[in-house]
Amino acid sequence: MSSTAGVNYLNEFKGIKSWLYTLDHKRIGVMYLFGVMISFLLGGIFAVVIRLELMSPGMDIITADTYNQMFTLHGAVMIFLFIIPAIPAAIGNFVLPLMIGAKDVAFPRLNLTSWYIYIIGAVFALYSIVAGAVDTGWTFYAPYSTTTSTAVISMTLGAFILGFSSIFTGVNFIATVHKLRAPGMTWFKMPLMVWALYATAVIQILATPVLGITLVLLILERAFGIGIFDAAMGGDPVLFQHFFWFYSHPAVYIMVLPGMGIISELIATFSQKKIFGYKLIAYSSMAIALISFLVWGHHMFTSGQSELAAVVFSFLTFFVGIPSGVKMFNWMATMYKGRIKLDAPMLWAMSFMFLFAIGGFTGIMLGAISIDIHMHDTYFVVAHFHYTMMGGTVIAFFGGLHYWWPKIWGRMYNETLAKWSAILVFVGFNMTFFTQFFLGSQGMPRRYYNYLDKFQPLHAFSSYGSWVLAAGFVLMAVYLIHSLFKGEKAPENPWGSLTLEWQTQSPPIHHNFENDVVLDHDPYDYDTRMVIDDKLIKKEDTEG
Amino acid sequence: MEHVEHPSYLQHHFSDAEQQAETAKLGMWIFLLTEVLLFGGLFAFYAIYRAWHPEMFVETSSLLDVNLGALNTFVLITSSLTMALSIRSMQLNNKKQTVWMLVVTLLLAATFLVVKYFEYSHKIELGQLPGHFYTYEGLTSVNPHIFFSIYFTMTGLHGIHVVLGMIVIGWVLVRTIKDDFSSEYYTPIEMTGLYWHLVDLIWIFLFPLLYLIG
Amino acid sequence: MTEKTQAHHHILPLSVYFTIAGILFVLTAVTVIVAGFDFGAFNLFVAMTVAVIKGSLVALYFMHLKYDNKLYGTALVLSLIFLAIFIGFTMLDTMYRGEIESIEGPSINKEAVIYNQDN
Repeated sequence: MSSTAGVNYLNEFKGIKSWLYTLDHKRIGVMYLFGVMISFLLGGIFAVVIRLELMSPGMDIITADTYNQMFTLHGAVMIFLFIIPAIPAAIGNFVLPLMIGAKDVAFPRLNLTSWYIYIIGAVFALYSIVAGAVDTGWTFYAPYSTTTSTAVISMTLGAFILGFSSIFTGVNFIATVHKLRAPGMTWFKMPLMVWALYATAVIQILATPVLGITLVLLILERAFGIGIFDAAMGGDPVLFQHFFWFYSHPAVYIMVLPGMGIISELIATFSQKKIFGYKLIAYSSMAIALISFLVWGHHMFTSGQSELAAVVFSFLTFFVGIPSGVKMFNWMATMYKGRIKLDAPMLWAMSFMFLFAIGGFTGIMLGAISIDIHMHDTYFVVAHFHYTMMGGTVIAFFGGLHYWWPKIWGRMYNETLAKWSAILVFVGFNMTFFTQFFLGSQGMPRRYYNYLDKFQPLHAFSSYGSWVLAAGFVLMAVYLIHSLFKGEKAPENPWGSLTLEWQTQSPPIHHNFENDVVLDHDPYDYDTRMVIDDKLIKKEDTEG
Repeated sequence: MEHVEHPSYLQHHFSDAEQQAETAKLGMWIFLLTEVLLFGGLFAFYAIYRAWHPEMFVETSSLLDVNLGALNTFVLITSSLTMALSIRSMQLNNKKQTVWMLVVTLLLAATFLVVKYFEYSHKIELGQLPGHFYTYEGLTSVNPHIFFSIYFTMTGLHGIHVVLGMIVIGWVLVRTIKDDFSSEYYTPIEMTGLYWHLVDLIWIFLFPLLYLIG
Repeated sequence: MTEKTQAHHHILPLSVYFTIAGILFVLTAVTVIVAGFDFGAFNLFVAMTVAVIKGSLVALYFMHLKYDNKLYGTALVLSLIFLAIFIGFTMLDTMYRGEIESIEGPSINKEAVIYNQDN
């Protein structure tokens, strides 16, 4: 095309230093991608070991103490090191500036700092394995976390540090969306992924500081015995739960909102149809962000909090269903009579809709006090949050990864294998976790090492499911790594999408766009525009 | 590129200096928002325990020295004033005055810490300390150590912010002396000012809540 | 396009800064003196009102919120709203614990005829 053809952000500068000192949001996104994928591998290995141990009652492969440490590490690694940074910091970092036609995020240096802080936090968190692995569960509930002899301080310090990384990303995204949009990109011409990332960033900056101060107080309590969470000294351990969940409930929307953003992009692109109810989807992202702060007490129905608070929290919890439902129906209405292409990313998107619907409905069930009292701390809860976090966020993450893969690396992957991977993961996931709804409703408590014989068949089935799931991910690793080296060259716009990131070369050049971007169409104008051979054209021109 | 003559301070992804300055300011305000919520956790602790034990708070609070607290309030407000004036001087391109104002701000911050040091050492001497370390015996109400846990975490976190503020002020002072700033570009001083005013703002609330109960 | 720099930002006259600082000093003195009197439950209210006024002055003038983009003020207000939600909802728990169990009706023997006969 032009003299710069062949030069892109990956090959313009060479050497390890050009990566370690880079201020390019795309490279930082890629570095985050490596970080989160390694974490996902680690957390996944922990999960498989847990499922192996639970094949039968009693000890199979690891001791009870190791088991406790294993599920704590699985939770902490998956949440703090994988899910929270996965979509915003890895994918979001890469696509957000491209999608709004900016040259970079608002504060590139802060962006790089946040990656280093992520690495430092990860080192602290993982050091706790060596220093006497934590066995508190990822929630670090007082008073156990303040009295156990394991390395709670190292792990909580890690989570504290990771919080800063998350805050920096949030600050960056908000400033970027407010100030760096290309000319013509008004708020309601932003792709829905950008809206979702914006709403996510708002939660990140409002909730994460409270987690920070909570963990500081936990460390002070442990190190100096300041008595704030210690009932024997006039303190109150339930307060810890309030503090923890004021962050951690909104945090589940830090996890799922950007996932919903990805799904909006996928559904519109692969239905080749104007998205149904654009404004409602955008507003529902903001509504979810707001409501997420009003419902944390539904994690504490059995903690001894006041009945009044429990009723209020339960009532408010039901409202979360509204904006989530709005999104669901809008996606389905978008698909209706669309020209649906079942490429691999679309399979992930449809998988998301199915799994997240189950996760959402069971969430409403658990939000009702009367059911929750019975289901609390059973496998029902475990199944529920895996359907939202894994069936929701993780599936969306991989959908997004496949979708933007050609843009990130400039290479395609093997489409057939990708479809098989999506199917294997979907089947394996349901085998593993739908089973756990039955286990939970029959009374199997979560986090238990040993269990009654009657639960054995279901536990075994769930473990078989985890192997299918693992096989799906291994397959994915194989073809994605293969594509990195041997993949077919990707065109600029393999999916025929109208959003801006597809209107620059793949992979993009260092400054993202060759010319200054001026936007002249909505992101989902599929009724009037289409893409043929990487060129965006008005339909009237072709149809006469 | 249209903008041939980029000033040295302008980063490549901004189209002009105003956009860059506005973006920096927005980022700073969002950061301040996180600071408010960070301290907010401690204010929540304060509110909950004060509602539970109002008499204990009245009694323990009387052990704090109101005069020293008030003195520190005056010191911090004055430092906020000098900080604001240093920015104004830079807007008027008066570098010498900016330097002086920043130096005075630093000195006032140090004064604040010295006063805090005397308060802390007095408390440590008497055993008016958090949690397990509490040994003072002059009080009748239950669990007075909780008040001191809150007092020390709140003023401690605030003190850390004062120290960090001094480091940042020192840094912009050096850069001012090195002629990095002018009336065209003084964003770092302005950001430092915003941060420093927030530190002052938080103290404005800490002072009555901790020292003036009852 | 004219070269946009920070230069044409609002520069306040010195008198504004000194007046605000003066008011802040006076209010500090007032709040200390007032704390000497006992207004009962109003103590906290008075102290907080003064603190809010002082805080607003610092934010509006020293931090230039009055003259700047409203977005920055919105950020500050937003943080306070969410702080209020945090404290309010948590206290909805801490102030009302155990209320269902602790409801006390009139004791049975005052009502029941069979006990009244004994007395």
